[in-house]
Amino acid sequence: MSDSDDNIIRETATKIFGDLCEPRLINDAEQGIWPTELWDTLEESGLTLTWVPDNMGGAGAEMADGFTVLKVAGKFAAPVPVAETMFAGLLLARAGIKSPLGPMTVAPTHPAARITIGADGTLQGSARDIPFARQAKHIAVLARRDNQPVIALVDRAACHVTEKNGISGEARDTVSFNNIKPLAVANAPAGHDEDGICAIGATIRCLQMAGAMQKILDQSVQYAQERVQFGRPIGKFQAVQHNLAQLAGEVAAAGVAADAAAHALTLAGPDNEDTIAVIATGKIRVGEAATTGSLIAHQAHGAMGFTYEHSLHQATRRLWSWREEFGNESLWSIRLGRIVAARGADELWPFLSS
Amino acid sequence: MSTNFQFDLVTETPALRELRAEVRGFLMDEINAGTFSPNGGEKRGFNKEFSRRVGARGWIGMAWPKKYGGGDRSHMERYVVTEEMRAYGAPTRGHFTADRQSGPVLIRFAQEHVKQKILPGIISGDLTFCIGLSEPNSGSDVFAASTRATKTDGGWLINGTKIWTSNAHESDYCIALIRTSPATPENRRHGLSQFLVPLKTTKGIDIRPIINLTGSHEFNEVVYDDAFLPDDHLIGEKDMAWRQATAELAFERSGPERWLETFSVLNALVRVSGKNPDDRVAEGIGREIAHMATLRRMSLSVAGMLEAGKLPNDESAIVKDVGTNYEQALPNRVRLLAPSVASPERANDVDFEEVLKFNTLIAPKLTIQGGTREILRGIIARGLGLR
Repeated sequence: MSDSDDNIIRETATKIFGDLCEPRLINDAEQGIWPTELWDTLEESGLTLTWVPDNMGGAGAEMADGFTVLKVAGKFAAPVPVAETMFAGLLLARAGIKSPLGPMTVAPTHPAARITIGADGTLQGSARDIPFARQAKHIAVLARRDNQPVIALVDRAACHVTEKNGISGEARDTVSFNNIKPLAVANAPAGHDEDGICAIGATIRCLQMAGAMQKILDQSVQYAQERVQFGRPIGKFQAVQHNLAQLAGEVAAAGVAADAAAHALTLAGPDNEDTIAVIATGKIRVGEAATTGSLIAHQAHGAMGFTYEHSLHQATRRLWSWREEFGNESLWSIRLGRIVAARGADELWPFLSS
Repeated sequence: MSTNFQFDLVTETPALRELRAEVRGFLMDEINAGTFSPNGGEKRGFNKEFSRRVGARGWIGMAWPKKYGGGDRSHMERYVVTEEMRAYGAPTRGHFTADRQSGPVLIRFAQEHVKQKILPGIISGDLTFCIGLSEPNSGSDVFAASTRATKTDGGWLINGTKIWTSNAHESDYCIALIRTSPATPENRRHGLSQFLVPLKTTKGIDIRPIINLTGSHEFNEVVYDDAFLPDDHLIGEKDMAWRQATAELAFERSGPERWLETFSVLNALVRVSGKNPDDRVAEGIGREIAHMATLRRMSLSVAGMLEAGKLPNDESAIVKDVGTNYEQALPNRVRLLAPSVASPERANDVDFEEVLKFNTLIAPKLTIQGGTREILRGIIARGLGLR
């Protein structure tokens, strides 16, 4: 991808979200009002199927382009499954299944979950915390057939969905797949098992968080310049300045860690140990930045940022949701710690500097 | 002003990886020969013989112009060498300051015959430099310096006191910030000049040790009493040091030395924990690796920008702020992970405890030296448009 391609994609996404993803619309979406115009525009622009090749009905863009879209979507707290649809499209395309139009999501989202396909070709099992399941038209399901991972395209309307909202206010539903016959099934590509799905999902969440982190820094700096107390903008007080400087550091770390994870995933599959290590690093560090950074942003905004009316929570609540999904900081730390320990102390610096 | 700081991802070229392997091989040989221990301790600091061997490899002043004996190599190559040296705790004190800061200042601002005379000695590892900034009444407020230079026939007479001068007792030269004029009402940073001070041959200079809390002698108080410096030892423009100094800050703040200083304690934890640690220790190790790896990518990103000729001053301040806070916190985080792995019954405990002790003791200085956390956050806040 060249710089100019990157800019075009970023500008297109920024324009669409900037025009159509107002804070009011995001709160409305949480109340169950589907943002039709936003979704339709995203779909028409091709952004929702960024990762699906042209000959399969998608935009045929590079992995890096899709990661750019995810960052912008995260920055605008997009209340639609643009990330999940891109993710589903990626899995389907890699399995050779054509992506349908309309919103999609992915299941399962936990590495320990198991969905199976029996001899009769129907699915068994359920998955919890499925983002936007109730709004999705289709679900890309990672299932096991004779214990081999397959990707199945499932009509969501055929599934039993138990609605639940996550901490972000977005749908994180439980979906039962029992006795449902998928619309299409194909072998999953190498490395795309439950762990692999989790690694790709973690990377996607890293990019969204990096975008949201940039947003809360922008908002906090702007608020500190506008809010006057003791006769001057609060941003003139050193205590506030130092908090926001620390936030800037966390935003920088989150951005770098997310970009590295994305880059690693463009170079190798989600089952490569070096790739896993970089993705783990991303999910851990971005998650920590989200925790530290969101609280600094709220501190800067005072009581105003604690209201439903103010848009700060649209980014911070999503950060709290995303840091937990596809493995939280602790889960990935254990995994990364085991990788490093198994290689031994003499390999520690070679590993870090590779 | 911008809230959008730039940290583009940088990946190493095959040539850089080759250089890294070469440096690492050299360091392994030195470790095996007993020159220093990667675990730190007394041998970590000043070792002129080691510096000369580094110089012989062409790794001091490697990015400087060929006409002064430099290697004309890239900033990224220098980054790789610095990083390897720091990661293994090599005794670079004899050449590091000159390589990072003093040499580049001379190249930019010194007179030609001064460069010809001094630079080859730095490059060979023979000449050691220190930096004279702080004074008893001027620490973070560096432009309040009052050590003064008075014009005399053929040169300057220096009077006053510099303090916290690391390594002055082992140095051949100091580049000191000296007042040549009063500050002006418009610019309080005006009136200071940079001088090249030959510490071993100039009369009227008294170097007094200050022992730090680890029991080591690194700091010094340097007292100038009518010390004479010839005219050509004024570096750059008189009274304009404030403008000269800022150009070097991005190099000074973003390097591997700003986040690798306590790395040995993490390495020791991985060693003592063995290949199959329990979940608690594995989680702790993983978390630290994530921080370390991300800091490295941030630092590398700034190196890439420097290589491209940019001056990423705000980004450098961020690397130093995040990096030094992290390396300061690390020994304690390791300490709290250690109880279950470093029991007295185990082997290796002595090493581990010594490494932990060393790193715990040096931790407080990390967010002070080279610009305190508070100063850095002020710089970042200015970058954000808040000041």
